[in-house]
Amino acid sequence: MNETTGSTATTGSRATRVLGLACLVGLGILGVFAFGISPEDARIEEVSGETVGQGDLVRIMYVHVPMAILSYAFLSLCAVGSAMVLWRRSRWWDHVAHGAGEIGTLFCGITLVTGMIWGRPTWGTWWEWGDVRLVTTLVLFLLFVGYLSLRRVPGDPELVARRAAVVALLGVLMIPIVNRSVEWWENRTLHQQSTLTEMRIEDWTLFTLMLGFLVFTLVGAWMLVHRFRVAWLEGELERSGLDAAISERRAEALSGVEAAIARPGGGAGPAREVP
Amino acid sequence: MFRDALLVAGKDLRIEWRSRVALGQVAPFALLVLVLFGFALDAERPALLRFAGGLFWVTVLLSLLLAVQRAYAIESADGAIDGLRRSGIEPASVFLGKTAAVSIQIAVLEVLLGIGIVVLYDARVESPVLLVTAGAAAAVGAAAAGTLYGALAAGTRARETILPILLLPVLAPVLIGATRAFGDALGATAVDGWAWTGLLAAFAALYVAFGTLAFGVLLEEW
Repeated sequence: MNETTGSTATTGSRATRVLGLACLVGLGILGVFAFGISPEDARIEEVSGETVGQGDLVRIMYVHVPMAILSYAFLSLCAVGSAMVLWRRSRWWDHVAHGAGEIGTLFCGITLVTGMIWGRPTWGTWWEWGDVRLVTTLVLFLLFVGYLSLRRVPGDPELVARRAAVVALLGVLMIPIVNRSVEWWENRTLHQQSTLTEMRIEDWTLFTLMLGFLVFTLVGAWMLVHRFRVAWLEGELERSGLDAAISERRAEALSGVEAAIARPGGGAGPAREVP
Repeated sequence: MFRDALLVAGKDLRIEWRSRVALGQVAPFALLVLVLFGFALDAERPALLRFAGGLFWVTVLLSLLLAVQRAYAIESADGAIDGLRRSGIEPASVFLGKTAAVSIQIAVLEVLLGIGIVVLYDARVESPVLLVTAGAAAAVGAAAAGTLYGALAAGTRARETILPILLLPVLAPVLIGATRAFGDALGATAVDGWAWTGLLAAFAALYVAFGTLAFGVLLEEW
């Protein structure tokens, strides 16, 4: 999937191709488990004998839960990278922070969308203001959309890196405050308390959830490696472009001087054609 | 450090006083927003009264965007920032001074808007002490965050558009906290306004601390 025409113009390597292949195979297997092998969520209530549970809706959790956890992980990685940028002024960490920020924001968006799709039949509404985690995640998502748009504003790469690093660190610092304020704001939460504890360990559901977590971790890692390499090459291109422009100007100036020296009798004569 | 901060704050406030931009443009803008909310909510007294706190704070945050942009526009005009940078004043003092100046402007604006909601929305103040404390804590917190993000945005080429998108999500806790505290102080919602004021104070402390530490990184850029 990384093949391009030139042998140098690719961000793939043998390792990332293997990783990418593992992602594809893993996604296929996850699909089989999520839609085929894992059962729908139905439990018989002991007292009333009624069937309770989320039915087929539980299957969206195989995407939603890993995405939510991974988005927090990637955004934390973005914060770590940002701290390293401020501390060491490292270009390497800046690319890591940028890539992790992009992937974390993407996963955060997928978390919100899958959560809404799940919430519509479960809660009867796309959006539930009373849910702390939902609202907090949206604010976090918007914070990092701001981070990414700040990164897109052109400027000196070093300044952009430091400025973005401050925003990312503040964004992560905000998580507990936003969470606390929203929690107090509504004083109640509709969100599923961790359902994992309710499940029996032999359940295929739990296995599929863990598989989802593993597969999406691989996908995120694969994206991060490529994003890092693209950013690195972009930086190199910018630099080589600058170097090329400088040497071109220098060559121009030198050839002008040489022409003036070679010219017999100074400015007059055939050298006039030069401009 | 604090003496230098006072110098910077005094300078900013003098410029604002003499140019009359804050008084002549930002304050009328804020009152205009209050009137627009009145139109939007169909001038329904009970609704206006119930949401007076929230409308008040949305108006303050929108005006804050203008005040922050203004605080940095005066620095970039005529290369004034170079003078500030070479004056030997520590970045932390610049941050504290600018935060103080913006806080005072926001506080003045809050007084005007307070009169506005009493006159236009028929709001009644039940707990003036809570109202003033929450208003002050929120003003300092919002001004500190605004000054910090304002410096971030001022260094970029897209400063007008990047500031709201960076600043407004960050101010969500201030909006929530201040709205709740005002709801209590105006007798519109039955909540513990003092707990919310505590959250506002924590927010202000965090941003003042972070800004004091991080402003050096940002000051060299614009």
